[in-house]
Amino acid sequence: MRTEHQSLIFELSKPGRVGYSIPDLDVPEVNVESIIPSDYLRTEEPELPEVSELQIVRHYTALSNRNHGVDSGFYPLGSCTMKYNPKINEDVARFPGFAHIHPLQEEGTVQGAMEMMYRLQTSLAEITGMDEVTLQPAAGAHGEWTGLMMIRAYHEANGDFNRTKVIVPDSAHGTNPASATVAGFESVTVKSDERGLVDLEDLKRVVDQDVAALMLTNPNTLGLFEEHILEMAKIIHEAGGKLYYDGANANAILGFARPGDMGFDVVHLNLHKTFTGPHGGGGPGSGPVGVKADLIPFLPKPVLVKENDVYKFEYNRPQSIGRVKPFYGNFGINVRAFTYIMTMGPDGLHQVSENAVLNANYMMRRLEPHFDLPFTQHCKHEFVLSGRRQKKLGVRTLDIAKRLLDFGYHPPTIYFPLSVEEAIMIEPTETESKETLDEFIEKMIQIAKEAEETPELVQEAPHTTVVKRLDEATAARKPILKYSKQA
Amino acid sequence: MTFRYLPMTDQDKKEMLETIGIETTEELFKDIPEEVRFKGRLDIEEALPEPQLVKEMGRLAAMNKNTKDYASFLGAGVYDHYTPSIVNHMLLRSEFYTAYTPYQPEISQGELQAIFEFQTMICELTGMDVANSSMYDGGTSLAEAGLLSAAQTRRKKIVVSKSVHPESRDVLKTYAKGQHLEVVEVDAENGLTSINGLRSAVDEETACVIVQYPNFFGQIEPLKEIEEIIHENKGMFVVSSNPLALGALTPPGKFGADIVVGDAQPFGIAQGFGGPHCGYFAVTNKLMRKVPGRLVGQTVDEDGKRGFVLTLQAREQHIRRDKATSNICSNQALNALAASIAMTALGKEGVKEVAHQNIQKAHYAKKVLEDKGLRTAFTGPFFNEFVIELKCSAKEVNQKLLESGIIGGYDLGLSYSELKNHMLIAVTEMRTKEEIDQLANVLEGLSCVQNISH
Repeated sequence: MRTEHQSLIFELSKPGRVGYSIPDLDVPEVNVESIIPSDYLRTEEPELPEVSELQIVRHYTALSNRNHGVDSGFYPLGSCTMKYNPKINEDVARFPGFAHIHPLQEEGTVQGAMEMMYRLQTSLAEITGMDEVTLQPAAGAHGEWTGLMMIRAYHEANGDFNRTKVIVPDSAHGTNPASATVAGFESVTVKSDERGLVDLEDLKRVVDQDVAALMLTNPNTLGLFEEHILEMAKIIHEAGGKLYYDGANANAILGFARPGDMGFDVVHLNLHKTFTGPHGGGGPGSGPVGVKADLIPFLPKPVLVKENDVYKFEYNRPQSIGRVKPFYGNFGINVRAFTYIMTMGPDGLHQVSENAVLNANYMMRRLEPHFDLPFTQHCKHEFVLSGRRQKKLGVRTLDIAKRLLDFGYHPPTIYFPLSVEEAIMIEPTETESKETLDEFIEKMIQIAKEAEETPELVQEAPHTTVVKRLDEATAARKPILKYSKQA
Repeated sequence: MTFRYLPMTDQDKKEMLETIGIETTEELFKDIPEEVRFKGRLDIEEALPEPQLVKEMGRLAAMNKNTKDYASFLGAGVYDHYTPSIVNHMLLRSEFYTAYTPYQPEISQGELQAIFEFQTMICELTGMDVANSSMYDGGTSLAEAGLLSAAQTRRKKIVVSKSVHPESRDVLKTYAKGQHLEVVEVDAENGLTSINGLRSAVDEETACVIVQYPNFFGQIEPLKEIEEIIHENKGMFVVSSNPLALGALTPPGKFGADIVVGDAQPFGIAQGFGGPHCGYFAVTNKLMRKVPGRLVGQTVDEDGKRGFVLTLQAREQHIRRDKATSNICSNQALNALAASIAMTALGKEGVKEVAHQNIQKAHYAKKVLEDKGLRTAFTGPFFNEFVIELKCSAKEVNQKLLESGIIGGYDLGLSYSELKNHMLIAVTEMRTKEEIDQLANVLEGLSCVQNISH
């Protein structure tokens, strides 16, 4: 990474430079003041940059050099599944017949796009063991909210208006309780037991007639499979609630287990995780939702169907929760995911999960002597270490993460799940080679040693990045959220 | 079969199993109860080698009529615009697209700075104080503006004009249902929000008024009058805006908007069958700490060097959980980057010029269509879209246009029962005079549109 001062694009601006080329106006020009009232004609120009094409290219290239992606190096960010993003996916998504079609074209002119969507939703239904899938939600959290809205509509259709609670484990992603709130529910937390799994007794305690749903990630965010899933499903179903599957960790179980077979009623998947849609620096994602038959009537509109070999968007769905997004979801990401599924096939996907789980267990066992491991059973695709041993030496998990930056790694997820002190959550994924894992393990062992011998080296890290640790407190206290010329 | 994304060899596997102290990988899956183990083979399509895969995906893509091969007059919220070649080149810098959310700022300065620049550009265009890092799209952004207004005013009624995009209104209604909010729609008259209708809908229980500028029919709403009505009642003024139009039109911020939302798709983002696009969300300083989604702020590092971080995260789901201002997590960062690059390439001059070309070409198109005897529906000022009246169904007309290499306009009858046989025509800077003339000629030749004004 380059460490010199990095200008903002606005600071490179000089009046008179342009970075675009469009033809001169080829229609007779009319005086714009004669067609638009003067109050509505802009007088103060927006201060956008004035730069040449090469300046723009240099600027964004310089910015990219100050950024770390999966292509730059290992990215073991737990719960995020930072696997390789295949290049062929990018090519396919840019085919003019996918990239340059309008969502409101006559359906007869976009049958290829609709066929792709149909084949993808059918594949995802099979992979998750659900009866039907909608591709509409734009991301995981959007899928959660969509799923919860369907669950609400289901209860209400049964004349059941008093189900106000959604149960989430204490290890859940923050989006679970947040989505519950947006869907109009109150969230209630269920505790984990000493093995890191949902505490069945506590679950029985919180479940009553008010429960709309239990949201569960399985394997959970500790990377552990909820072995009592069938008992949990029974508890929820007997109370009249529905079981919601957060698919953030689906990379662990492809072809090994399906949420639909575990008793889940609603499932969302993060196509930008398990199915290689790139994360893009924070989206766009795609969060399809699958449901069991009794929830099909509530799917968001429109529903893509196939009739006599013709694909159609069906709008006449009286019980639908309505639209959750304009048009049909993040189609471009769905193209990438389908390309990936077609690359891997049934055997490939099975091997994905097998290798992801083997990689995680290998790393866990090699790191176990050097860090605390709160849950010692085999993990699935990720595992959680605790940095409490190092904390006693004055080295916090944050410091360990920052030290990893010096070695060219993106650190693991830290301080999550909240239930583990000084948590370090590692997810290697299946696309990393053993050599990469070994190198990372060696560096982790080295940092553990540094924590004992030269703690300041870790505490003051990073030493090699383009900036050192940033003052986040001031950023929040006196927010500067845009560039101003005089500043 | 070996897979090119899976590097594990048999030897690797053997060594790893030894380290773990187990015989087979099967032991790692023993915690999955027997009853829920999937024992079959997934019934999905077989894997394809790369050349066959490209062929199959190419076949599916080729079945679609695309706007590179056809001259498109279809808009209705998604537009065919000029995208500088460099946008795609820069987007394909994989340090951007293969990165996660910039939670580790020291190795994410590129992404963080790009978002900071995006926030600045959106503020410049909309005339607002603060913009976030992006939302899923214009529709969900609009819905979140409704939720924010309700939370801020502690009121339950959202008033929205029927001249707002029908699909965005549908999304708003779904979100409102979750929060037990009431959505009241105000009719459009002559293609504009009915001012009388608005006056009678807005009261002291109204959280906000939402209008679109230019609206769904392309018309320029009288923001000045609308602003007075809502602010008299101490509600929020929410404007959904095509950001390109703001290269020529007075920004909503100047008219006292509290929240401006919209989609940055016109800037460098492919139509892509409706997504992913790029919602934006801009507010006044007063609402800074209520904004949904991510915000990037400027700060300094330990050496006093300028740097950027995600900030005001106490609003967000990963910190506040059920008390967060929104559940949004992943947003549309890469598309915000695309929009930034396009806005940078166009720059101050280009945004103005492209916006003006849209106005000129759309007005030219309206004139030639009228000269050919077609009737246009509304009389107010407009940006790059206008409505024509047909004698037969828009679907029929579009079929004919397609035969002449033209993707026709949006069939308004699909969303407005009173606008059966009306078509919304969009004319961007991409349409040449020749294409516009051809549209007019083909329409003139169709029996169902002839002589309508006589």
